Amino acid sequence: MAEIVIKNLRKEFGSFTAVEGSSFKIEDGEFFMLLGPSGCGKTTTLRMIAGLELPTSGEIYIDGEECGRKPASQRDIAFVFQMFALYPHMNVRRNISYPLASQGMPRAQIRDKVAEVARILGITDILDRPVGGLSGGDRQRVALGRAIVRDPKCFLMDEPLGALDAEFREHMAEELRALHDRMGATTVYVTHDQLEAMQMGDKIVVMNHGVVEQFGTPQDIYDKPATMFVAGFIGSPPMNFLRFHGRVAAGATEIAMRHASFKVPQTRSPFEGDMALGVRPEHVRLSDRSTFRGRVLASEYLGTTQIVTVQTQDGQIKARVPSDKQVRMDEAVGLEFTSSTITLFDAQTGHALRSELNEGVLAHG
Amino acid sequence: MSSYSITEPSVRLKWIACVLVVLYALITLVPLLWIIATGFKSSSDAIAYPPKVVFEPTLEGYVNLFTLQNRAGAEQLAANPPTTWYEQIVHDKGMVISGPSRFGERFMNSVIIGFGSTFLSVFLGTLAAYAFSRYRIPLKDDLMFFILSTRMMPPIAVAIPIFLMFRAAGLSDTHAGMILLYTAVNLSLAVWLLKGFIDEIPREYEEAALIDGYTRFQAFVKVVLPQAATGIASTAIFCLIFAWNEYAFAVLLTSGTAQTAPPFIPTIIGVGGRDWPAVAAGATLFLVPVMVFTILLRKHLLRGITFGAVRK
Repeated sequence: MAEIVIKNLRKEFGSFTAVEGSSFKIEDGEFFMLLGPSGCGKTTTLRMIAGLELPTSGEIYIDGEECGRKPASQRDIAFVFQMFALYPHMNVRRNISYPLASQGMPRAQIRDKVAEVARILGITDILDRPVGGLSGGDRQRVALGRAIVRDPKCFLMDEPLGALDAEFREHMAEELRALHDRMGATTVYVTHDQLEAMQMGDKIVVMNHGVVEQFGTPQDIYDKPATMFVAGFIGSPPMNFLRFHGRVAAGATEIAMRHASFKVPQTRSPFEGDMALGVRPEHVRLSDRSTFRGRVLASEYLGTTQIVTVQTQDGQIKARVPSDKQVRMDEAVGLEFTSSTITLFDAQTGHALRSELNEGVLAHG
Repeated sequence: MSSYSITEPSVRLKWIACVLVVLYALITLVPLLWIIATGFKSSSDAIAYPPKVVFEPTLEGYVNLFTLQNRAGAEQLAANPPTTWYEQIVHDKGMVISGPSRFGERFMNSVIIGFGSTFLSVFLGTLAAYAFSRYRIPLKDDLMFFILSTRMMPPIAVAIPIFLMFRAAGLSDTHAGMILLYTAVNLSLAVWLLKGFIDEIPREYEEAALIDGYTRFQAFVKVVLPQAATGIASTAIFCLIFAWNEYAFAVLLTSGTAQTAPPFIPTIIGVGGRDWPAVAAGATLFLVPVMVFTILLRKHLLRGITFGAVRK
């Protein structure tokens, strides 16, 4: 097992830059998520770690050894493809034993290894079947079997659950996470599904347009977003933004907008210009005492909670409130924010302003 | 009458279809059957009018095809009593066998040149198609178009330059020359066909093999080739059929050692009068290798021709 360090990794395809100077570190044994919308460079990053693409510049260290230019076959890593890429002309057993055969392992030993892996994954009874007729879940398990059979330094997975239907995805996600916990193998997992990333990952890297936006634990990324992109990409519905032009002094604990002012975590540096105040829907409460008021535009019922959209003079706000709370259309309501969770952003660059809340996270992000 | 169904044609339609198919099969097969039958007729039956459908089969045509014969006088015939069934047939006509004909040789030339150029076309075509399919090659589209453009005129249009080039290079009437020529003509077809097939094979298979510890060449041989077998088989059939049937270049560029069967078979006509049974026997035998090859690969061929028509 290994730690993976990425330094200033860059990849250009002709004039298009797919990945721009990414740097992050994946600790030994971590379940690491590369998250972002399609075309953000996450798969390219993963393929560079695997050796399926050569970086334009930058370094990749696997287990302390620089291997950005080494062929994939010499990196001792395993890759699970989105479409599984099981060899269609071989049966399940030969698919799983194929990586061992390349190492010249004796036949008896291969048989034992394959049997053991099949037992772990619960696919012993399909070992002699052709891969053509297998269900999605079984294909997934065979692909995993092919990956874990030779104890590689790390697992790289490119949206491995993307090809499964929703119901089965949930189940396989649990199975994957359990398998990871049992083997303790460093895993790099690419996904565009923020829920999957939050649910399974120890750490998440959020990428957009080839740039690493933020890198941290799921909680940090959710509660202390480093950029407006992260705040908007993660969470459903995403973080609310109230845009305004204003100024804030270092050490301020209150911010004034055109029609209202809010308590915020103590700021660390002064700023003047276009700003955005970010607050997650679950940190917005409907309160009759509040002076910050608006008109209810819509309400979506979600079972235990409901999402209420309120139009205020400073912008639209979505609030997640208990579903037993009665809300009527066009009703005037007061809004209150949990002030310790508020993040201020520089609306021009999208970067979060440093405050008491996020200074620990922004320091290394 | 059954009720209307979307997937099942009505009984009447089935009958009509059946009749049409049988009719079509008859039209295409009768000339073939006629040639095969003529091969087993005697010379007089072959040209009988009205044509004989029922006749007494004889191997005379095949014997004439494979042997050279001389007319012999009575004492010569008596001095050389026939010892085998084919000598008997010749003897009965008042002739003796003076040696083997050149048909076997010409037939082998066809086999060597046809299969040789097919192998070379498919071999080079697979490598080229793989490179075009997988690597970032500068001017890829222009190169592919350039390769295709060699088929935009009939190959025979360049017969005279090729004739002169072959003469200058000493390739006239050699096996190597004919293999080279047919390969050159077939290669563009092979590259285009095979590129289509290889494009359909997901890259992930090779990438999985690379990650599993194999080199690119090993991945190509062990993963791509088995997947491309269907395409390779149908490409091989197309290449073989062209090289096997090619007549114009063969007439122009071969006359002796490397002459193939197509230009040779018509020359039989002149040897001992119009010997149609021998010509028909030659044509029948000439059909056999391509038929066997196609039947062996027909499963691949059927899948191959429709391959890629439907997106999976």
